[in-house]
Amino acid sequence: MKLIIAIIKPERLEAVRDALYKADVNLMTVTEVLGHGRQMGVTEVYRGAKEMGNLLRKIRLEIAVNEHFVEPTINAIMNGGQTGAIGDGKIFVLDLSDCIRIRTGERGGEAIG
Amino acid sequence: MIDTGDTAWVLISTALVMLMTPGLAFFYGGLVGRKNVLGILMQCFTVLCIISVQWVLFGYSLSFAPGKGFWGGLSWAGLHGVGLEPYGDYAATIPHQLFMMFQAMFAIITPALIIGAFTERMKFSAFLVFMVLWATFVYDPICHWVWGIGGWLKNLGALDFAGGTVVHINAGIAALMVALFIGKRNGVNHKAILPHNLPFTLLGTALLWFGWFGFNAGSSLGANGLAVNAFVVTNTAAAAAGLSWAFLDWIFNKKPTVLGTATGAVAGLVAITPAAGFVNTVSAIIIGLLVSVFCYIVVSVVKPKLGYDDALDVFGVHGIGGIWGAIATGLFASKSVNPAGADGLFFGNPKQVLIQLLAVGVTIAYSAVVSCIIYKIVDLIMKVRVTKKDETIGLDLSQHHENAYTILE
Repeated sequence: MKLIIAIIKPERLEAVRDALYKADVNLMTVTEVLGHGRQMGVTEVYRGAKEMGNLLRKIRLEIAVNEHFVEPTINAIMNGGQTGAIGDGKIFVLDLSDCIRIRTGERGGEAIG
Repeated sequence: MIDTGDTAWVLISTALVMLMTPGLAFFYGGLVGRKNVLGILMQCFTVLCIISVQWVLFGYSLSFAPGKGFWGGLSWAGLHGVGLEPYGDYAATIPHQLFMMFQAMFAIITPALIIGAFTERMKFSAFLVFMVLWATFVYDPICHWVWGIGGWLKNLGALDFAGGTVVHINAGIAALMVALFIGKRNGVNHKAILPHNLPFTLLGTALLWFGWFGFNAGSSLGANGLAVNAFVVTNTAAAAAGLSWAFLDWIFNKKPTVLGTATGAVAGLVAITPAAGFVNTVSAIIIGLLVSVFCYIVVSVVKPKLGYDDALDVFGVHGIGGIWGAIATGLFASKSVNPAGADGLFFGNPKQVLIQLLAVGVTIAYSAVVSCIIYKIVDLIMKVRVTKKDETIGLDLSQHHENAYTILE
């Protein structure tokens, strides 16, 4: 099991979601966040409005998946989120030690899907 | 002779009507996504600025200067000859410049109404050019025909107390045309674009209702009984229409909604506008109850069926409500309310309905054709619609480089 965390541009969220649904990844948590990368908040023509100094608006996606969904999920985020410009974001893949569905008490891979 | 009471009331009414445009901005602003709210507020506010200047430079002259035929000409350009003494043919008891200013507020809110049709997708630069051209070549001539000295619809005897044809039908038809040409919002086919702040929308509705007292009761141009009649029927029709829409929601969508009640109240205000100085209070209730039915059908049945994206239902509420109001004036008008008016069908004068229908037809035809031409010209010169990328980012950031809301302090 992996936990995939992706930081993407807000305007790419719709495209990323569409790509994820096409890859049959239907579970996600979405939050609005602020951050910046190496360029310290400089982006190309369409600069986002900065908040708290040089922080830019981003979207953070969290998706927990079983092993055989890891690559399809990464590919979908790449396809939907990539513009080729500075500020497209990053994908982090973390090992996930357990997952529990609160309603039923199921654990592990069963609980994810 | 200047009458101080009349002057005081029209001064206040002018300020009340001015408040309607920011009120409209909040009515519309609450209904769009949060990435487009500043775009809407900015467009409404800019119309207030731009038409205020257009009006004193040449808009008032084109609309109201004595002239025959198409429009009033430029004899009053730059307010030349428009002074502080009354001008008897328009208003015998208030300064001429006050009449000019009162009319300015109508000229401002009319183009602002159209904004609801093309929300979330028009380029700001194209918007500016479109608005100036539309005010000059659509609003000013129609205003002259209905209200100006020598206006041919006025001479025919068409009744329009406070602007059902000039303001609401006119803006509603232009809105439909722009919505058809500019195309649907991205993604509107497969997902609902949810209102981001309904409290704004209700606040805006309340400000519109408040301002409408100036719009309708102020249109008597005096502090008199006629103003009170307009005030009473305006309030009554708005209330009846708000209730009517709420019940329609309850029957067909299981719950009465805030948005439906607000929309109904606005539809009621639209419908009573041409009739306010000619009908009694019972007629106002009927006009209000029925306008919500007609608008509801267009907004929730006809629009989805035809598939045009009049985003905030400018045509469905102002166009349809205005047409109903103009016809209803021909049905319910009574000389017992206003001896200077006329009797309608239900008071023994069927001919008035035909005159009203003619005025409606002419307004629809002229507004539709010229709005199309103006749209096409602006589109040819500078492309009216924003790029797909800018639309996805939202007008707030892409057109004004600002966000309405911060995430963290």
